[in-house]
Amino acid sequence: MFDSLSNALGGIFDRLRGAGKLNESNVRDALREVRMALLEADVNFQVARDFIERVTQKCLGEEVLGSITPGQQIVKRVHDELIVLLGSNAQPPDLNGTPAVVMLVGLHGSGKTTSAGKLAAHWKSQGRNVLLVAADIRRPAAVEQLTVLARQAGVEIITPQAGESVPALGARALKAAWDATRDIVIFDTGGRFQIDADLVAELKDLQAAIKARNVLLVVDAAIGQESVHVAEVFHKEVGLTGLILTKLDGDARGGAALSIHAVTGCPIVFTGTGEHQGDLEPFHPERMASRILGMGDVISLVEKAQLAADPEAISNFEKRLKSNRFDLQDFLEQIQQMKKMGPMENLLDLLPMGGRERNQMRSHMASGGADQMKGFVKRNEAIIRSMTPGERRNPDIIKASRRQRIARGSGTTVTDVNDLLRQFDQARKMARQFGRMQKRLQWMR
Amino acid sequence: MSGWLKALSRTREVLRGVTRFVLGGRALDGATLEELEMALIRADVAPRLVAGWVEELRRPGSVTDPAVRLEELLRRQIPERPAYSWPDRQPTVILIPGVNGSGKTTTAAKLAWQIRQAGKVPLLAAGDTFRAAGTDQLRIWAGRAGCEIVSGKQGSDPAAVAFDAVQAAVARRCDVVLIDTAGRMHTKTHLMDELRKVQRAIAKAMPGAPHEAWIVLDAMLGHNAVVQARMFQECIGLTGAVISKLDGSSKAGFVVTIEAELKIPVLFAGLGEGLEDLEPFNSGEFIRALLAPPG
Repeated sequence: MFDSLSNALGGIFDRLRGAGKLNESNVRDALREVRMALLEADVNFQVARDFIERVTQKCLGEEVLGSITPGQQIVKRVHDELIVLLGSNAQPPDLNGTPAVVMLVGLHGSGKTTSAGKLAAHWKSQGRNVLLVAADIRRPAAVEQLTVLARQAGVEIITPQAGESVPALGARALKAAWDATRDIVIFDTGGRFQIDADLVAELKDLQAAIKARNVLLVVDAAIGQESVHVAEVFHKEVGLTGLILTKLDGDARGGAALSIHAVTGCPIVFTGTGEHQGDLEPFHPERMASRILGMGDVISLVEKAQLAADPEAISNFEKRLKSNRFDLQDFLEQIQQMKKMGPMENLLDLLPMGGRERNQMRSHMASGGADQMKGFVKRNEAIIRSMTPGERRNPDIIKASRRQRIARGSGTTVTDVNDLLRQFDQARKMARQFGRMQKRLQWMR
Repeated sequence: MSGWLKALSRTREVLRGVTRFVLGGRALDGATLEELEMALIRADVAPRLVAGWVEELRRPGSVTDPAVRLEELLRRQIPERPAYSWPDRQPTVILIPGVNGSGKTTTAAKLAWQIRQAGKVPLLAAGDTFRAAGTDQLRIWAGRAGCEIVSGKQGSDPAAVAFDAVQAAVARRCDVVLIDTAGRMHTKTHLMDELRKVQRAIAKAMPGAPHEAWIVLDAMLGHNAVVQARMFQECIGLTGAVISKLDGSSKAGFVVTIEAELKIPVLFAGLGEGLEDLEPFNSGEFIRALLAPPG
């Protein structure tokens, strides 16, 4: 859990070594840094203040366990507290009811229509019978957009008729859903630049007509201090039951999640993580907590690695590694496993590192680093594929004329082939040492 | 009251507590300083920047007139500059990138309307070929703005659309080509590559183009706005920014960092949902509105 926040806190606590216990003044010093981290993550200042106050009380008087890293200990305390807060009240949308009615509300550009399409696809894949309703009658082409998304999701859609009011559309949609025995009806509603009386009246009228049990607020994860105001007004006027946090595939720290949860008490039910219909994920409080504190999302990374990796291939690989029979075929399989984890730049978001480092890495990738890496991987793959099975199993037989043939076959140069073989040789040496070390460890035991 | 002052009235409300002491000429004590800090943080000004200012104001002797001092601080961060004037070059090509939902399409249409008001001929390019019905949305707006539009099929290559649009503008002797683009998260390398390709295609259709690249940023954003601007800056080199949806109750305090740190001039601000609701960004008024007494 080494990261900028822990490091900053480490500095403070270096001066306090030997204090033994966390006292009011050193905890307050440390939590000032935490507060700065929360504010930089766009947590509302009032919410941040309350949160810090509560954590301060909890930290006071605690033993500085293994006092080498009291800074990290505080970060862990804060992290745990955030998880508890973000995860409280967690409950999925209420999909009972015949049909279950879900209404999406939010401001312009928050991602309502995209989210409506994603929810439809998600519930349909669970075997539910979904109906979409385009109740945004104001934004140019909003109805057309949802119609396309409905077609992609393979669900039916009800669109407004000329001159039809929003409540009338709602009533008609519910009747259609009833007649066609749909399970779930999703309403995409109109947004505004800001919450005004018009919008509130329109949403209230619609809600009176459809009595949605689920009113989900759709919010851009990158929203600033205004999040609290937006959530409070929607909650007061139409009664929110949950939150969808969108555009989490960006690198916004997403402090709004904490702010909105704090002021409305509504759980975060889904997150949007991309432009495609499958990019809808359940909410993970522990990941969100890490993200808000700028600690990266190691859990997602591990999960991704597990998803991509074929367990059988891994155990085979481990066996070969231990028995020292690691060859170029294994090398090739490793390359393919890596590729399955997706583009490097996506993994980058998940790694724990400071924002500055991440940006540096990212600009390195953007300015050709990623292409370079991709080209490198692709070249090595081509070279190995141009070898015979015998050569892959026993690279030592690859002499000058075979090298020339392989270079020709893979469209590379002999130098490239030499580079690969040298790299492989180093990897094999390391594997050998590793194997020997393991044996020695077993012997010691 | 100008549109600016009206749009920022809520911001001023937030700062009411601060300005009261500032204009009342009271001495700055710890409580008022904290009030000031909170107000600026609430306006989405970078917290570390605010902490620095508060530190400066806290220094004894340095605060002869806090109102002047504060305005000075902000003015130093956001320099005043004349409103953007549409150049005589034919055509001037403007690329309009941004993340999803930032308001690019609406902004493009509003700019087209402004160009027409200035007596010049705009052309819109529907470069958002990804979003379902993205082209339809721009076509409706183009109709309202009385502007011609060049478009491709959904899913077609946005670089090809941009290329066609620039060629069409040259042939039709249009003054300004506005190239709307699909929303893209700044973290997605393949989408940023696509944007670079659009830029290259434009240069191929007209050497030296695009002449401008203006990122659109939602006024409601928090500090990620700065990261977004920096990434687009590194990708294609921005020459300006447009703040959209400033008519909302948001304060867009991130503008301070965009201007001061990234040196990207903010050129326009969207102040309403109507076609005509786009005004040149006036830093003097922006700062005055932030610090003006209520009423």
